[in-house]
Amino acid sequence: MAARRDRVLIIPCSGIGKAFGTIGREAAYMVTDDLRKDCTDTICLSLLVMGDEEARKRVRDKAVITVDGCPTACARKNVETAGGTVGAALRVVDTYRQHHEFKPVAIAELDEAGQELARFLADEITAVADKMMEGDHAGTSEA
Amino acid sequence: MPALPKRKVGIISCSGEEFPEGSVSRMAARIVLEELRPDTTVTLCLPLFLAGNQAERAFAKFYPTIAVDGCDKRCAARATAMYSAEPAHVIVVSEIAKRYPELKPESRAKLGKGGMELARLVAEEIAQQVDEILAKPYVRRVIPIEELLGSGEPGNAAASSLVDEKRSQASS
Repeated sequence: MAARRDRVLIIPCSGIGKAFGTIGREAAYMVTDDLRKDCTDTICLSLLVMGDEEARKRVRDKAVITVDGCPTACARKNVETAGGTVGAALRVVDTYRQHHEFKPVAIAELDEAGQELARFLADEITAVADKMMEGDHAGTSEA
Repeated sequence: MPALPKRKVGIISCSGEEFPEGSVSRMAARIVLEELRPDTTVTLCLPLFLAGNQAERAFAKFYPTIAVDGCDKRCAARATAMYSAEPAHVIVVSEIAKRYPELKPESRAKLGKGGMELARLVAEEIAQQVDEILAKPYVRRVIPIEELLGSGEPGNAAASSLVDEKRSQASS
């Protein structure tokens, strides 16, 4: 089990139609490129969509956190379809509900409200990833 | 005279979360949608194809699409062809980037000045293709009902049985 938990994959959805998709990606990048850059990474969701064998192997071999921007939950569904186990399925809307004073508008480049939500979400992802790496995070959870 | 729906072009960007070129392709798609051709383009979400979203698949069956890929794996183009119809045009960011070696994104998370300039150049190329596609006369696609309904998929059980019923009525 330790080998599965040594590096966590953070996989955001690819939504570009609404701000929540951008927030999910921004949060994922904050974790993988800054907050936990030594122990987390991301992969292209579209590679999973296309059945890329290397991408499928990575999601099967590693702990995975998905971050979805809309109820369709493409990231979670595609990881499951690829045979991966989703350790935690986070949704941007849940972060928004906790901090609804921040109302993001811009999509391509996040405004201040979007950046703020992304920071909250990044903290959530980091906390979940830390738990996974400690090995005390059991089963799938809908966060 | 009734108002007919306006013909639009679907922009399908690769997700490319792992590489800066993916971020460039998403940004370019947004620039087209928000600034360059807001009235004649829509974006389609690539992973929704596999998630089985019928609206996304149906749009790409009936309307012309442009796939914008970050790398030569061309996931957006291949997925569009696999689940809907061949895209009318394919743009690969890494190929365009070779023409502008001075324009480099800072990282996958932050495009920076060079990355933004590259995204704008890609967006202009997409917009040009949109204009060329819409300038061509519309050719109606005839799609067999089985293909359109995607028979065999869980969400289409009722539709599939309707097709079977019509078939048996026709043969009897």
